[in-house]
Amino acid sequence: MTGHGAASELIALTAAELSARLASRDVSAVEATQAHLDRIAEVDGDIHAFLHVSADALKTAAEVDGARRMGAKLGPLAGVPIAIKDVLCTLDMPSTAGSRILEGWVPPYDATVVSKLRKAKLIPLGKTNMDEFAMGSSTEHSAFGPTHNPWDLDRIPGGSGGGSAAAVAAFEAPLALGSDTGGSIRQPAAVTGTVGMKPTYGGVSRYGAIALASSLDQVGPVTRTVLDAALLHDVIGGHDPHDSTSLTDNWPSFADAARTGAAAGTLKGVRVGVVKELGGEGFQAGVSARFAKALDLMSAAGAEIVEVSAPSFTYAIAAYYLILPAEASSNLAKFDSVRFGLRVTPPGGGTVEDVMAATREAGFGAEVKRRIILGTYALSAGYYDAYYGSAQKVRTLIQRDFAAAFEKADVLVSPAAPTTAFKLGEKLEDPLAMYLNDVATIPANLAGVPGMGLPMGLAEEDNLPTGIQIMAPAHEDARIYTVGATLEALLEQSWGRPLISRSPRHPLGEGRTK
Amino acid sequence: MSESNPSPLDVAQVAHLANLARIALTPEEIEKLTGELGVIIESIAKVSEVATPDVPSTSHPIRLTNVFRPDVPGETLTVEEALSGAPERDGDRFKVSAILGEEQ
Repeated sequence: MTGHGAASELIALTAAELSARLASRDVSAVEATQAHLDRIAEVDGDIHAFLHVSADALKTAAEVDGARRMGAKLGPLAGVPIAIKDVLCTLDMPSTAGSRILEGWVPPYDATVVSKLRKAKLIPLGKTNMDEFAMGSSTEHSAFGPTHNPWDLDRIPGGSGGGSAAAVAAFEAPLALGSDTGGSIRQPAAVTGTVGMKPTYGGVSRYGAIALASSLDQVGPVTRTVLDAALLHDVIGGHDPHDSTSLTDNWPSFADAARTGAAAGTLKGVRVGVVKELGGEGFQAGVSARFAKALDLMSAAGAEIVEVSAPSFTYAIAAYYLILPAEASSNLAKFDSVRFGLRVTPPGGGTVEDVMAATREAGFGAEVKRRIILGTYALSAGYYDAYYGSAQKVRTLIQRDFAAAFEKADVLVSPAAPTTAFKLGEKLEDPLAMYLNDVATIPANLAGVPGMGLPMGLAEEDNLPTGIQIMAPAHEDARIYTVGATLEALLEQSWGRPLISRSPRHPLGEGRTK
Repeated sequence: MSESNPSPLDVAQVAHLANLARIALTPEEIEKLTGELGVIIESIAKVSEVATPDVPSTSHPIRLTNVFRPDVPGETLTVEEALSGAPERDGDRFKVSAILGEEQ
């Protein structure tokens, strides 16, 4: 469609490549930002990855260029544009979490991760679409309409962070931030051929992230390569006194870990555990076939492949759909029509309770109502022990299964999603079928361990991306970056090029007619 | 899902839960949710199969204890910032509808 001009080349770069060109002043931050704004203007009508595009991006970029000219010492990602999931509070842009109840709301403060981006001189491009309050696996539950998968516009981009994944997959941004409560970073990565990392619980601050389920939520990077994810993780990670669940670990450089992995070329001595319960029935044939190929590749590179069993993982979805709604029903109680957001007064007026109920009826979508009512039920007297109490015990069992598995293996792997991207609308009327999409990703949230989704090839039957998930023990995020970068290099060697270069939306590609 | 099993929830219960959650659901929404939640609850009730009395509960994936900070004032929002998103204000305060109904 478009010629392979300078702008197309700029947006095709990885964040690491772009930052090298920015550092050598071969390219300015203004040029890089303009190229991505033009790309958004060109393709986002089709993709709908963005809910809001920043009016200040070029101004911020000019400031970064000025600082660089003055010889300021800048971080590795200075001048690189980034898209931000709309669940994160931003002082200068509306933050809606995909909900009508927050339509147009501009928060009075920045999320800690957003302040860290600003301090590191990244350029916020805008806010990305998501399932309302991050409840969903397809972005179809956004109050502002779904995002479309760049590989096939009739299909879902995953969820809840489908906007961030699609923005990166469609080359509208080299980097994005996501949040992952049950797979909302990793499952969209799998179905869009991109990379997504859910850090160890507490590894990245959630201050200013609009809470869904506080014992599960974690913010993380959404990118096209493992190294880019590591570079971004280095920027956003670390202790934050504003978040009482924030860990005080002295984290190593994840970028160094990724570079070590990419250079290694071998997995000698790495024990790779295949989780028996996260495969087989319910997994699409093409996904399973790609997963088997990735295992062969790792084995040929010297990894020791071991099968591990985690029997309580089969109860993970059930536990998750008790814990999440319970916590969400409590977290979403703050949308009460008093301090911020929508207020709807019922005809004839009424007390503050009537106004609250009318506001929540008008402001929340169907899935949010479904989960709030479910959570209210799970927490109500008489059911608490049987449901919420039992789910918390399952959580202990899942942690024990992880501990046992990590005795036998250094990392655990599984497909990141059971299927490739399904059609928009296909599962909208069947909540339970939608919930099953997160079967592989939920256990990591329940146990707090880190996990990454990484492209592992196209499924044979539909030519759509599939993803592999790599998990490590809590605090061992660096191990995922090392093993992930090695595997990424091995896979790209076997394909002869990165998977994303086969996307019909690749700016330097031939395009693919549908 | 299974037509023979009675739903674990009925319409009156869902209406009660909606009232507790302060959502003015329409009768149609209550009807639809009753069916959907019934199916979901049947499928998630299986957690009780393995949650035996000897298993302790986990509320939080990575346990932290005694998370304190120095007892000194930090950055706070100004009154204007705090009121910037309010649907309605009265001077320096949030304005709300009547707390009590006529008959109270």
